[in-house]
Amino acid sequence: MAKPGETLLAVEGLNSYYGDSHILFDVAMTVARGEVVALLGRNGAGKSTTMKSLMGAVRPRSGSVKLEGEDLAGRKPHRIAAAGIQLVPEERRVFGSLNVEENIVLAGVSAPARWPLDRVYAMFPRLKERRLSRGTDLSGGEQQMLAIARALARDPKIVLLDEPFEGLAPIIVHELVRTVHELAAAGQTIVVVEQNLAAALGLASRAYVLNNGHVVYEGTTAELRATPDVLHRYLGV
Amino acid sequence: MLNWANLVSQLFNGLATGALLALIASGLTIIYGTLGVLNLAHGAMFMLGGYAGWVVYQWTGSFALAVLGASAFLVIVGAILELVVIRRFYGRPGEDQILVTFGLGIVIVELVRRAFGSLSLTLPAPAWASGITSLGFMLYPTYRIALIGIVAAALLALYFVLYRTKLGLIVRAGIEDAGMVDILGVDVGKVFMVVFGIGAMAAGFAGAVNAPVVSLTPDGGDAILIETFVVVVIGGVGSFFGAVLGGLIAGEILSLTSMVDPAYSQFALFAAMTLVLVFRPQGLLGAAGRE
Repeated sequence: MAKPGETLLAVEGLNSYYGDSHILFDVAMTVARGEVVALLGRNGAGKSTTMKSLMGAVRPRSGSVKLEGEDLAGRKPHRIAAAGIQLVPEERRVFGSLNVEENIVLAGVSAPARWPLDRVYAMFPRLKERRLSRGTDLSGGEQQMLAIARALARDPKIVLLDEPFEGLAPIIVHELVRTVHELAAAGQTIVVVEQNLAAALGLASRAYVLNNGHVVYEGTTAELRATPDVLHRYLGV
Repeated sequence: MLNWANLVSQLFNGLATGALLALIASGLTIIYGTLGVLNLAHGAMFMLGGYAGWVVYQWTGSFALAVLGASAFLVIVGAILELVVIRRFYGRPGEDQILVTFGLGIVIVELVRRAFGSLSLTLPAPAWASGITSLGFMLYPTYRIALIGIVAAALLALYFVLYRTKLGLIVRAGIEDAGMVDILGVDVGKVFMVVFGIGAMAAGFAGAVNAPVVSLTPDGGDAILIETFVVVVIGGVGSFFGAVLGGLIAGEILSLTSMVDPAYSQFALFAAMTLVLVFRPQGLLGAAGRE
């Protein structure tokens, strides 16, 4: 029933606000099943707000977020999570007072389907070694692994990775990029926001560029690489 | 004047008071930690537990049923208050939450006064724990010894729920970051209702088991509310172990200073809280950054 290539997520006319400030203007995007899509733009372009709006952590004022045709816009995060969207937030938000395993188990508590712990640990052997360490005792890279592991434990239809490589040492970034590649190769649908343009373009097959809350470009990453004025104007490269 | 038997007896009193404060404070601290609401009606919950126990005792003549009935009643009262009132205040400023819970406390106290009058009521200790027990070096009321055991068992049960169950896992995570718990698919609204119910139950259970050693009055929760706040501040907001440690410390301070001069016991308690706030603002076992 679930064929790769068919539309999984369709976002239309999304408008979000922080208080009175209008942040997103009619954002539209589609993500096909099994696809990795990058969301690019400068700081403050609205990338994180888009991710939070898809998750319901920011409630969009208008527009639709359809997952397999079902409109999720306006629902609470736990209902959107139950439908199969899972955000890995920029701040990671690992539970510091819980140990690694408790963090993963908690994520799976309410999931309709979930990864067994062994499968999570097979993807992140480092987390298995640290399974009884508290969240606060983890390095930044380990926290990011845990944040991703927690999302995967819920076996989501689509994972939203918000700045997964931010502030991490290059060797850790390298390792995480490989992990995300493995996930993509296994058919996991991913939307990734990333400042590290090389990493983002290396992962994604298509990209959307946001500027001041508007989608100003969409295309394949190959096309984007060949469009230096977009890269220059909106991404400062 | 100062002799060993007296000192040990006061240490015992301190333990009994401290265990009770620990139980009440653990309810207050998990509510504040998870919901972010400082529940000024918590003393009224404690008082209500005593009265609910008294009512059930009149019907059944059973102390155990009185305690169980009071606990069950307070879970329901807590859950309903969360659903009907508290829930509407999560997005509002702290002052509003303080005012509404303070108001709820007054309403509950006055409803009890209207129903039962201001005269004090008494709930007898269960037959198996009445009388006096000789500990060899001193005589001590049997029920007070039993009370220490009962409250310790309740704290252990609370520990089990918090640290050995899925619900406890969700509550501990919710104390840290309720928004992330929601993102991970858990309906935090329901969890908040359960937490408020459990917190109210802890206070109500304490009120019921403490009833045989005090006289029940509608204002009986006022003093305990303030002491409970001090316990939470000393132990660290949102920390169950902090509430237990803070409760025991506060109990011993109250008890030992009243041996010297009861007039100074409250003063000593606040002095201890001030010291903690100066040297460790997050409380003895509180996480830094949650002050």
